[in-house]
Amino acid sequence: MSAVDAGAALPRQKIDIAPAFAPLVIALIAAPLIGSSSTFITLTVAGLAMGLMLFTMASGLTLVFGLMDVLNFGHGAFISVGAYVATLVFLPLAGWSQADSLMPNLGVIALAILASAAACGALGLVFERLLVRPVYRQHLKQILVTMGGLIVAEQLLYALFGPQTIPLPLPTALRGAFVVGDAAIEKFRVLAMAIGLIVFIGEAVILNYTKLGLLIRAGVENREMVEALGYRINRLFIGVFMAGSALAGLGGVLWGLYREQVHASMGGDLMVLVFIVVIIGGLGSVGGCLIGATLVALVANYAGFLAPKFALVSNIVLMVVVLLWRPRGLYPAGGR
Amino acid sequence: MSALLSLQGVHTHIGRYHILQGVDFDAAEGKTTMLLGRNGAGKTTTLRTIMGLWRASAGAIALAGEPINALPTPAIARAGIAYVPESMAIFSDLTVRENLVLAARDGPMDDKRLQWIFGFFPALKKFWLSRAGALSGGQKQMLSIARAIVEPRRLLLIDEPTKGLAPAIIGALIDCLKEIKRAGVTILLVEQNFRVAQEVGDDVRVMDNGRIVHQGAMAELAADVPLQNHLLGLALGAHQ
Repeated sequence: MSAVDAGAALPRQKIDIAPAFAPLVIALIAAPLIGSSSTFITLTVAGLAMGLMLFTMASGLTLVFGLMDVLNFGHGAFISVGAYVATLVFLPLAGWSQADSLMPNLGVIALAILASAAACGALGLVFERLLVRPVYRQHLKQILVTMGGLIVAEQLLYALFGPQTIPLPLPTALRGAFVVGDAAIEKFRVLAMAIGLIVFIGEAVILNYTKLGLLIRAGVENREMVEALGYRINRLFIGVFMAGSALAGLGGVLWGLYREQVHASMGGDLMVLVFIVVIIGGLGSVGGCLIGATLVALVANYAGFLAPKFALVSNIVLMVVVLLWRPRGLYPAGGR
Repeated sequence: MSALLSLQGVHTHIGRYHILQGVDFDAAEGKTTMLLGRNGAGKTTTLRTIMGLWRASAGAIALAGEPINALPTPAIARAGIAYVPESMAIFSDLTVRENLVLAARDGPMDDKRLQWIFGFFPALKKFWLSRAGALSGGQKQMLSIARAIVEPRRLLLIDEPTKGLAPAIIGALIDCLKEIKRAGVTILLVEQNFRVAQEVGDDVRVMDNGRIVHQGAMAELAADVPLQNHLLGLALGAHQ
């Protein structure tokens, strides 16, 4: 055996950390333009909270695309359904929600998250079986069919809940803000950040330290070989699709509480942002998705304060800039 | 010796192309059967059809007498067939260790077997926690083969393992294949390199235009140069 292949040193593996610092760079650029440190802190925390909510919604979509090669434009339906399920949980538990104590407040949110994730996971199973499975490997049909699914879901929500916006008020103890110096940090945003981070850490642990995660990462790279090793990738597809749908539902609960209202088209409206996050992050990459979501949210918040008119196009501009820098996104997975 | 693998009248269509046009052959248990032929003869298609990655449109494929051509690919793999594709198909984002952990689907890897593999692929031990994508071409091929033998399998399907490798690495690979053979594993090996075929093959099947055009002992074909030229032509000359 040649010396090289018997074990000469491998070329040093480059650790690509530049994209991970992109949100920090954006914050450093924005800080002097904003001027006031308290405003900067408030905007940054709001951006991070929004970013982690977007990440929660988008991470499922990026895994579904990475593993299944499915362009699911219907992902927004799960966001809306998740938010509506939350209203159904909050309604009978109004006592918990309006209590002054934190524990019942957190309890009702935890129940809403569990119910939404369960409902959206189950709906994801039906959606995959009925709509997605017949159009595997047919991208154009996937776009048409899943867009159709989103429209049908929205219309069903209108039919069931009516066309009006439904309020989803924050539980009492989560209203208001923590005041740190001159900066006001909304309590709910801290909770949203904590939940988003828990989702990210959970996904990172599963993907990197479990055999299931290995299978998902391997499937993102080469589905055929995973099957040739003896694993039924269709079951993995369904599991990932259900998990992605459940995460979208969870994101829908957080977004509904953040806006304190729910309407049937909220998921569809968010899909533009979610797709920008997934594309910027690199298709199939959970880490890239987190960086992408943080970037999108920070830019939206800073632009909204500094140049409100520019805020309308800030995310499109951000996407163009990122893709000029990294045409395959910040951290593309599986060599796609 | 009885046939472990048997193909009878296998046809495979890919799109509108009729690639395999009635393939018939057996692979004897415990032996290495070489599948030779010119480029485009249908060798890779035969292996992929056996694995169920492309479906046979007609004919029968059996493993130890049990039909497998209606089974999905994972079930075929679980019946005891391991596949080393021409592209190697290692998972480049995963480490060497993670690639082998996935291949050991029945549970934790057996340490004794792992040491056996490290015996002929020491690079895999050295780069155990390195990203597989950073390995050299030869090392990737070793990982691809190691993945197929990390647990005992009844039949190995290996597609052109020496393609694009340096002669020294090919020598190591030949040693490895002989060692696997000594362990009693049945191998169906697609190969363009006739020297490799001569060294490791017990039986030979030659394909042309999607059919088997010659079957016999490898030693007989190796000794019959006119027959080699007739069956393998330019492909043989290019690699000898």
